[in-house]
Amino acid sequence: MADIQLKDLVKSYGPTEVLHHIEGDIQDGEFIVIVGPSGCGKSTLLRMVAGLESVTSGEIAIGGTRVNELEPSQRDIAMVFQNYALYPHMTVRQNMAYGLKIRKLPKADIDRRVEEAAEILEIKQYLDRKPRQLSGGQRQRVAMGRAIVRDPQVFLFDEPLSNLDAKLRVQMRLEIRKLQQRLGVTSIYVTHDQVEAMTLGDRLMVLNGGYVEQFGTPIELYDRPASMFVAGFIGSPAMNFLPVTLDAGTASLPSGHQVSVASGHSGTATLGMRPEHLTADPDGPIAINVDMLEQLGANTLIHGRLDGTEHAITASVPGHAHDGIGNTRRFSIAPDLTHLFDTDTGKRLDS
Amino acid sequence: MVENRPLTTFVTHLVLILGVLAIAFPVWITFVASTHNELRMNQSPLPLWPGEYFLTNMQQTLFGSGLSGTEQAPVWLMLLNSLAMALLISSGKIVISLLSAFAIVYFKFPFRMGFFWMIFITLMLPVEVRILPTFEVVANLGMLNSYWGLSIPLIASATATFMFRQVFLTVPDELLESARIDGAGPLRFFFDILLPLSRTNIAALFVILFIFGWNQYLWPLLITTDTSMTTIVMSIKQMLEAAEQSPQWNIIMTTALLAMIPPVFVVIAMQKLFVQGLTETDK
Ligand SMILES: Nc1ncnc2c1ncn2[C@@H]1O[C@H](COP(=O)(O)OP(=O)(O)OP(=O)(O)O)[C@@H](O)[C@H]1O
Ligand SMILES: [Mg+2]
Repeated sequence: MADIQLKDLVKSYGPTEVLHHIEGDIQDGEFIVIVGPSGCGKSTLLRMVAGLESVTSGEIAIGGTRVNELEPSQRDIAMVFQNYALYPHMTVRQNMAYGLKIRKLPKADIDRRVEEAAEILEIKQYLDRKPRQLSGGQRQRVAMGRAIVRDPQVFLFDEPLSNLDAKLRVQMRLEIRKLQQRLGVTSIYVTHDQVEAMTLGDRLMVLNGGYVEQFGTPIELYDRPASMFVAGFIGSPAMNFLPVTLDAGTASLPSGHQVSVASGHSGTATLGMRPEHLTADPDGPIAINVDMLEQLGANTLIHGRLDGTEHAITASVPGHAHDGIGNTRRFSIAPDLTHLFDTDTGKRLDS
Repeated sequence: MVENRPLTTFVTHLVLILGVLAIAFPVWITFVASTHNELRMNQSPLPLWPGEYFLTNMQQTLFGSGLSGTEQAPVWLMLLNSLAMALLISSGKIVISLLSAFAIVYFKFPFRMGFFWMIFITLMLPVEVRILPTFEVVANLGMLNSYWGLSIPLIASATATFMFRQVFLTVPDELLESARIDGAGPLRFFFDILLPLSRTNIAALFVILFIFGWNQYLWPLLITTDTSMTTIVMSIKQMLEAAEQSPQWNIIMTTALLAMIPPVFVVIAMQKLFVQGLTETDK
């Protein structure tokens, strides 16, 4: 059993606090992705769980035991680093066996575990090579193998795929996911790539500036983003935001048109609409002056400005669109697909 | 840039060949001198081609009384002394600087920077500058005429500490973190990871320090009075000034030839690692 609890976790470097009162309960066997922009504290949080950074205040518990004071090697975790951190002078086999050797496991046991892990990751033929004789993808597998052989309670990944090319990244992503499901080991995975986050995680923890913006399943984050930050971060292309005035279930756009929303609030707010939720409708209230078309094959992105204003807005329509630039196109949106946020705090406004 | 013009090739080769000749010629003369008898060496012009006394000279230099009419240790003993001194100096320096660089890079302890600067300052104090106080200390410790006296004062080394510090700084932090997660303590990390990663640098430094130790002249001259502790480099100079006779060039040159062999051997043996150590930056 290895659930992880983060209780009121704070990290400061000198006087600067970089993580603010993080709370989180991670179930046994869950795959958690920590996602957020550069410098938001993702790696710091992960390294605190690993024991590589000290905890300023608060508590980390793994499997119900407080681990704040434990050395990394005593926490029963394994970590995969962005640059793999393989020992360059050891063969793949020695790299994978090193931790087990230190733990004084019997030689036969070590050999068996290494062989098994190599089997799973399909790196058997490289066991006697040095890391420098491997490609990036193969090194990545070895780093994973080194984590697997330890048979830990928790896997920690710090952007393990960011040094790989796009195609390999997609492939490894699937493999990591399959592997985790097969082994059932609780995992925390750090990335700044929201697609990676959405496809990998059972739940996502969105960090921004050292605060947890939202902690939930990918669908929750997509359907009900708790803040403008999460709304803009999750989903691609990003959500459109427009300043609106609310009144009895309708929002007045800066262009003067009215959109119905599912909310009883009134006053000013920010309206969020995902590009893929805008549907072409000749009588729709949202008029876009087209600036540019992006043909993606399956769908087309229409970039433009809200008619009569300078507010940028993007719509995604299925199939191919050949409208000339400079034309005006009209869209509508279903009320339950709109999102409303407090303009000042950025928090979601709920009905 | 690789150019392929006959004239450039010719000129570069000419320069290289001239350079080789300029370095090789004195060595050749040394060798030639070690193959003639004493009489021939005192006649002019000096011979340019080898004679037939090589083995005789070798025999007399290595195992005989060496220079006739002087109280000298046989040269094999001097070679042994020099070898012991050079090995003690080079290995001592390497061990001490590896340890101090390890401490400075990987441990936080009070006055860390203070120690760092103390080591740095010793750079400004080579043996020649502190020779009198050092002599005093060595004499008081009763280390005159001993291998320890020959080597210990030369062992403290700031340069090597700096070099290893630089090497350790190029080792990515993640390796240390990986090792911590694997459960390696500081000593295991040092022996299992840092040492193997610094292998080529150690070899390069060994070559340089061995030659540095081998060529020591002033310090051995000062602290050895017993002829059985003479090193070969200082004895060559002494042979020149020995007694009131014309120098026995054949013996002196044979000694010089012998003095050249161990450093050459070390360089050749370590050449591959040495070059790697000086050129590789990739960790
Ligand atoms: N040793 C340190 N001393 C002081 N500040 C630090 C230290 N390490 C990290 N920080 C600060 O803590 C914050 C979080 O850093 P962290 O490395 O966790 O970011 P990150 O979310 O992993 O970013 P990235 O996606 O770029 O890796 C940053 O603002 C950084 O400047
Ligand atoms: Mg990071």
